[in-house]
Amino acid sequence: MLSALRSIWIVFKHVFMPRITVQYPERHRALPPRWRGRIVLTRDERGEERCVACYLCAAACPPSCISLQSATRKDGRRYASFFRINFSRCIFCGFCEEACPTYAIQLTPDYEMSEFERRNLVYEKEDLLVSGEGKYPLYDFYAVAGVKPDPAAAGKRRGPVDPRSLQP
Amino acid sequence: MNKMAGLPIAVGLVSVLFGVLIVAALSIWLERRLLGLLQQRSGPNRVGPLGLLQVVADTIKIFAKENWVPPFADKAVFVIAPPIVIATALASFAVVPLAPRFVVADLDIGLLFFLAMSSLAVYGVALSGWASNSKFSLLGSMRAVGQMVSYEVFMGLSLLGVVVQAGSFSLVDIVNAQKGLWNCVPQFLGLAVFFVASLAETRRTPFDLPEAESELVAGYHSEYSGFKFAMFYLGEYVGVTLNSAMIVTLFFGGWSGPFLPPIVWFLLKTIFFIALFVLVRGSLPRPRYDQLISFGWKLMLPLALLNLVATGAIVLAAGPR
Repeated sequence: MLSALRSIWIVFKHVFMPRITVQYPERHRALPPRWRGRIVLTRDERGEERCVACYLCAAACPPSCISLQSATRKDGRRYASFFRINFSRCIFCGFCEEACPTYAIQLTPDYEMSEFERRNLVYEKEDLLVSGEGKYPLYDFYAVAGVKPDPAAAGKRRGPVDPRSLQP
Repeated sequence: MNKMAGLPIAVGLVSVLFGVLIVAALSIWLERRLLGLLQQRSGPNRVGPLGLLQVVADTIKIFAKENWVPPFADKAVFVIAPPIVIATALASFAVVPLAPRFVVADLDIGLLFFLAMSSLAVYGVALSGWASNSKFSLLGSMRAVGQMVSYEVFMGLSLLGVVVQAGSFSLVDIVNAQKGLWNCVPQFLGLAVFFVASLAETRRTPFDLPEAESELVAGYHSEYSGFKFAMFYLGEYVGVTLNSAMIVTLFFGGWSGPFLPPIVWFLLKTIFFIALFVLVRGSLPRPRYDQLISFGWKLMLPLALLNLVATGAIVLAAGPR
């Protein structure tokens, strides 16, 4: 009986405690700095796409929501002719970001991606590309990779990949 | 008998009816906001100012639902049960004096009428569980009948002390008898017992075993939906409003209070006790069924008897007034 009265009093004291609810559309929670949200494709400092269409992100993706097609430019630089992420499948694990050798694919602290139709969650390359360098400014893959784009490779199919080589 | 401050009885009746329904609907909002407050949440605050129109939105939604009767149910009884719950609760308001000369029917046996109506409400619950033809509903209504019948015993006994003091069953006389000192001081034991009993009568947490959602889906109204469910739901809140109004009338001087008009005092006190109902709901867990029954018969009933005997002895010793 007394414990019942005591618990009523304890609960009553909660009236004067601060609210836990964050009034969401008006206020936002402070996100952790490494929040994994909407995926973007970044560019390097010259404004060129960083992505070299190596397929590592697609291979690392647990729900297989990334699909792309590689192509080679006139100067031998590889790029993705299309790059598609199905965000209705994406689990925002960040494995694609970890797998990416060029820092092209990055996760951003944006989580407001609601859509009324599921097909609108399929983002194409032009939806994913951003104009900036994202989290790693001044990083240029070809400056540190030790190889240059091979113009002779333009348009040609490559031979079998040497699995012992780390080079692209 | 009719004392409606010069109004025709139909006007008074309709205004009391709609006033009660509005207060009951608002107490749904009040409960959700207060539970939020007690749990450090906000509660509904989006629809309208302070979320007040949430009730309206919920009402529109529930009216838009299909008025469905399960094929396995006893149809006639199934349909009749929810109106019994809400009608008995609303009928009791006829005897509650909201202000001096503002009562639909100042019956000489007003208090007995209230007790009779709350006994009749058991039929609504019992019949709904039986007619639903579902095991959860039946278990819920069995519990409800056992609980309400047990708790009615000392609900009535706890009020007899008030009756002895006022010398009348009429609620207007009881309010007038509290001019000097509100009954909550001499009848504090009766107040405590009546408060517990009215929690059980309205089937509110912690005495919500008839609808214990963690065990019985929703108890006696498991099979109900749409408008018929809304009647049970609103009936519960009309019951809470009614019991708060009865606590105010019987123990806290009814409409009396300084400065403000009587009806405002009555409303304020009633809302205070509705809030107390919510606070108890927010704090206490549900007891086991045997604990509930033994609590009623072994603790509350002797307390109510003790209160009645003591009050009677003191009134006798004080001599005839």
